[in-house]
Amino acid sequence: MAQDSRLSRRQLLAGSVAAGSAALAGGAPLAEAHVIHGEVPWQEGEANVPVPAAPGDAYQFFTADEAAFVEAFVARIIPKDDLGPGALEAGAAIFIDRQLAGAFGAAERWYMQGPWEKGSDSQGYQSRYTPAALYRAAIKDIDEYCRKTHGGNVFARLTPAQQDEVIGGLEKGTVKLDHAEAKTFFTVAQQNTVEGFFSDPIYGGNRDMVGWKLIGFPGARYDYRPWVGQHNKPFPLPPVGLHGRPGWTPKS
Amino acid sequence: MATKLPEVDILLVGFGWTGAILAQELTEAGLNVLALERGAWRDTPTDFAPTFIQDELRYYYRHALFQEPMRETLTFRNSPDQTALPMRRLGSFLPATGVGGAGIHWNGQTWRFLPSDFVARSHNEQRYGPLADGLTVQDWGVTYDELEPYYDKFEYLCGISGKAGNIQGKIQPGGNPFEGARQRDYPNPPMEMTYAPTIFAQAAEKVGVHPFPCPSANMSRPYTNPLGVQLGPCTYCGFCEKYACGNYSKSSPQTTILPVVMRKPNFTLKTECEVLTINRDSTGRRATGVTYVDAQGREWEQPADIVVLTAFILNNVQLLLTSGIGKPYDPGTGQGTIGKNYAYQIVSSVNVFYDDKLMNPFIGAGALGVGVDDWNGDNFDHSGLGFIGGGYLACWTTNGRPIETHPVPKGTPMWGAKFKKAVRDSYLRTATVSTHGAVMSHRNNHLDLDPTYRDVHGRPLLRMTFDYHDNEHKMSDYLTAKATEIAKAMGGREVDAKPRTGPYSIVPYQTTHNTGGAIMGTDPRSSAVNRYLQSWDVPNLFVMGASAFPQNPGYNPTGTVGALTYWAAAAIRNQYLKHPGPLVQA
Amino acid sequence: MTIVEHRPRRQGRAWAGHDGRRGIAVALFILAAAAVAGPAAAMDNSYAQVQRGRYLAAAGDCEDCHTAAGGKPYAGGRAIPTPFGTIYSPNITPDQATGLGGWTRDQFYRAMHEGLSAHGAHLYPAFPYTNFTRATREDVDDIWAYLQTLDPVRSRHPPNELPWPLSMRWVMSVWNTLFFDEGTFKPTPGKSAEWNRGAYLVEGLGHCGACHTQKNFLGADEGGSFLQGGGVQDWFASNLGGDHRDGLGAWSKDDIVEYLATGRNRHAGAGGPMGEVIQYSTSKMTHDDLAAIATYLKDLPSQPENAGSDSTWDQIVGFFEGHRSASDNEDGGAKPDDKVMAAGEAIYVDQCAACHKADGTGVPGMFPPLRGNANVQARSPTTVAHAILYGVRTEPTNARPTPFAMPAYGWKLKNPEVAAVATYVRNAWGNHAAPVTRDQVHDVRTGIVASE
Repeated sequence: MAQDSRLSRRQLLAGSVAAGSAALAGGAPLAEAHVIHGEVPWQEGEANVPVPAAPGDAYQFFTADEAAFVEAFVARIIPKDDLGPGALEAGAAIFIDRQLAGAFGAAERWYMQGPWEKGSDSQGYQSRYTPAALYRAAIKDIDEYCRKTHGGNVFARLTPAQQDEVIGGLEKGTVKLDHAEAKTFFTVAQQNTVEGFFSDPIYGGNRDMVGWKLIGFPGARYDYRPWVGQHNKPFPLPPVGLHGRPGWTPKS
Repeated sequence: MATKLPEVDILLVGFGWTGAILAQELTEAGLNVLALERGAWRDTPTDFAPTFIQDELRYYYRHALFQEPMRETLTFRNSPDQTALPMRRLGSFLPATGVGGAGIHWNGQTWRFLPSDFVARSHNEQRYGPLADGLTVQDWGVTYDELEPYYDKFEYLCGISGKAGNIQGKIQPGGNPFEGARQRDYPNPPMEMTYAPTIFAQAAEKVGVHPFPCPSANMSRPYTNPLGVQLGPCTYCGFCEKYACGNYSKSSPQTTILPVVMRKPNFTLKTECEVLTINRDSTGRRATGVTYVDAQGREWEQPADIVVLTAFILNNVQLLLTSGIGKPYDPGTGQGTIGKNYAYQIVSSVNVFYDDKLMNPFIGAGALGVGVDDWNGDNFDHSGLGFIGGGYLACWTTNGRPIETHPVPKGTPMWGAKFKKAVRDSYLRTATVSTHGAVMSHRNNHLDLDPTYRDVHGRPLLRMTFDYHDNEHKMSDYLTAKATEIAKAMGGREVDAKPRTGPYSIVPYQTTHNTGGAIMGTDPRSSAVNRYLQSWDVPNLFVMGASAFPQNPGYNPTGTVGALTYWAAAAIRNQYLKHPGPLVQA
Repeated sequence: MTIVEHRPRRQGRAWAGHDGRRGIAVALFILAAAAVAGPAAAMDNSYAQVQRGRYLAAAGDCEDCHTAAGGKPYAGGRAIPTPFGTIYSPNITPDQATGLGGWTRDQFYRAMHEGLSAHGAHLYPAFPYTNFTRATREDVDDIWAYLQTLDPVRSRHPPNELPWPLSMRWVMSVWNTLFFDEGTFKPTPGKSAEWNRGAYLVEGLGHCGACHTQKNFLGADEGGSFLQGGGVQDWFASNLGGDHRDGLGAWSKDDIVEYLATGRNRHAGAGGPMGEVIQYSTSKMTHDDLAAIATYLKDLPSQPENAGSDSTWDQIVGFFEGHRSASDNEDGGAKPDDKVMAAGEAIYVDQCAACHKADGTGVPGMFPPLRGNANVQARSPTTVAHAILYGVRTEPTNARPTPFAMPAYGWKLKNPEVAAVATYVRNAWGNHAAPVTRDQVHDVRTGIVASE
């Protein structure tokens, strides 16, 4: 046991050989990976850390036309107004771009095997589109719809009122698209916009924690003990993200 | 071809709550125990650290801790006449994968079922006459009194924070007066209350019902459990369910058992090893072990003297079905047992909006709240109501995570300036009363194998056929009305009830309280396992977990899952090891 | 599938001591001399003698250094990367070809007592014969008897990689002339039997001073700094003297016993190299012996504030590298900068309070209190910086199995932020210690431990 615990201690999960579990095949030992025996594994410095979005304002996934659509779309979902910045100012378009360029856009975790049937609402998402493909198809469709109905103008070139009308049609399903399903796209894009407004700033949205500041969410904190019993009192501390807040930097 | 490994005494398929408890109990009995876990090793300081776990996008919305449908999912339909389609992404419930199972990302709401819940059929028939057509409710084969010591053991393992309502038959002021008699109080006092539950408690008393602090696996103070494992005090961070605890203050296998069991010389854990099938000898009556596939895709045959399924209920049932053990349930004839009586939970909520009161919802914990149990189980007279069972009402303050929790008054659009303003005005100033209702088993609700869709290993996906029926809708409407009554006494500007209507949907998150499919009982013709969770068909195979629930009472299941596991462990240690074979004669 | 975002493990970090200035004592482990041929002495090992030997081997923490990652106990080969190159601990199982199989009992005693190998070559003083020389002949014979019962393991460690002139063992004879005080422990008259037992264990087999005493630039104990703390790899082994701020002044005898037996007490949890000492050594010792150690340690004097300031070696290296030691650093005055403290407090409240509590009182026995904490206020900030950057785990023991661990912050806090929060915890709630500079954090992060 001692040598095993030492092994798991020093080499984490790899290669500890529990008594009797080493097997021989063709004369060569088949080391079984991920055998844990004798101790709770741990290694200093190890952390299953989040992967931040690529920095910058250049789009990775969207084309210029698509980016124009998404910027206009998120600006109507959560608009800038006298209450403060909206989703566009919060970076939601960049957030969505980074999401679509990554695992989410590729539906990496989803079950994407056929056969494909529409199903009932209660059976959930049944589109063969990944989120990335859904955005691509829907944006093309919606711009096409707008061109037809608004004198050749794409969505991004419509007035805010016209844009709201189109979005309302998507939400209700009254706008018919050629390929993507309008309601499905609205549901996904509305959700992603809210995510881009309220998720941790490391993912590209919620810049300067504007979403959290709007509502009073203190962010990635982990200790509210001093305030549990202070009923009906404003919480005094500013929001903090996973990568901190301005107060962390010593002022020189 | 699978390479054969040396035999072990006990093989555990899955390493969450039930696997960890059995590993501890059976290594104590001197047995060599091997657990196979399909997911990865994960632990507090490296995988749940408070340096990064408060990440709503990564953990809830991108599902970092959950089962990947790409590898394993199920197909779903509301009724047997529909074509089931795959659950392509998670929604209604969140099965886990990885060490600790869903025991790492639960809220920590740790209840006991009522004495009458364990005799739901006989009790209700005796009091109200024959059950409605279609209900396949059954008695459990084990009683509350038999399980009480094991409830106690699980609660002391976890360090549950709460207030007893009934100690040895004596009603305790401030506790839940409806609960079954318990031998002693909870190991820790209730958590400190936030504002919303405090208002709810006052309103409930005004209405004349019996509020009490809910039993919580979030620690109200530092705790050392009977195994010597230590938990820190909860810091009310509001990241329990769908997350894992970063500072050792929520009970989980990692924080209550693994520090001890992992050190034992007679225990081994293999991770990223997925069991494909349970192997049997030529008689079919004896399990010889399992075949599993490791992370490199190599197949191994692992012989074992006793095989215990300790995975999530859906995986337990899928493994029984794909291994051909027992007779699959047929909803047409009512014959067969495997997959029978799948059940779930029915939930609803009522929001109370305030102009002037700050609820600060981000100060919370998964099981921080005040409950009312006056309308659970058979705590009230159901005569003339048209349903049996019930549920609890509670005002929880579990979280203020803003992507998930941004309540708005009824009629608010989902986008635009009005949405933005409503979110801003309501975020800090809303209290929610929720109802948590039972689902009685129904002949149509079941699990079987899908004829079309396959998992990453080429096995048929499990097929879920489930909907709410008359009993659930009537009961949930009743509970929602009661919740609204209390909510109206909470002094808000506006009270919005959100009753549960229409068919069950796999899309919005509701709860991960899936139950049934390998139910326990007294008769091999109507149950898959006996009262000790031992397979009727293969006596050296045991099936743990909520798959054993014949129907789902109006409480969160984990407390009962823990108690049943200790109960089964005692039967294996005290009875089976002495006389291997059926513990109950069919 | 869930652990896909692990930051790459730090290469060669585990036990990769990089303390370029004071690490010699730790780095210079005994190098296995080629064993001379010859039969092992035939031993009549009584059961009682072997059991005593097993216990004494634990008291000497032998297994800890003489076991490689993934290797069999006592088979050696533990890699010790040092500033001078990698060296490997020898195999002390009774294997004829690669272990002590060819040694005699007398040769073993000579190694322990005089620091000489079987054929008379000098051993490097990282093998703490400077301490083991205090052990009685009987105790050493018991250890020998126990080692003889181990299964022989054929395991030859890779050749050491030491440059000239250290590669020449005769150099050590000079060293011994300067620093080695050979001789069995002699009880101090007038002290109790318990005190003397403690002294015997601490100064002898326990070799506490190997880490807890500051070394000079040749790896020998710095005069007048016995057990007042010293650098060990990229940690700082704390002051065991009676100081209330950074020593054991606030610890009772029972606190010390509990710590050594279980790995934690109301003041602290044992992590890093001390965690291994707990695991392999002190958790296996009797209460009476731990109490004797505690009695002895509690009798150590406390020292004035400036004791154990920069060692000779630090001063020399600092001179050549242009490094400033803390005392003349622009940030290094006794009073920390208010702006740094404000930033440190912000980080602390946001990041550390979840375990250590906003007022620094922690959860005794679980999350160490930082208020009044000796390690936090140590004259060297190495341990604090190390813990923040890489995390630290309290050693699990049978008595206290929960391996509470502080997570790593190195991926999210930048050096000035680590410096600010380290400075804060060293100076909040009545704590007092020199501010921590971003250069010091940089050095710990990159494996070059800062001078004090």
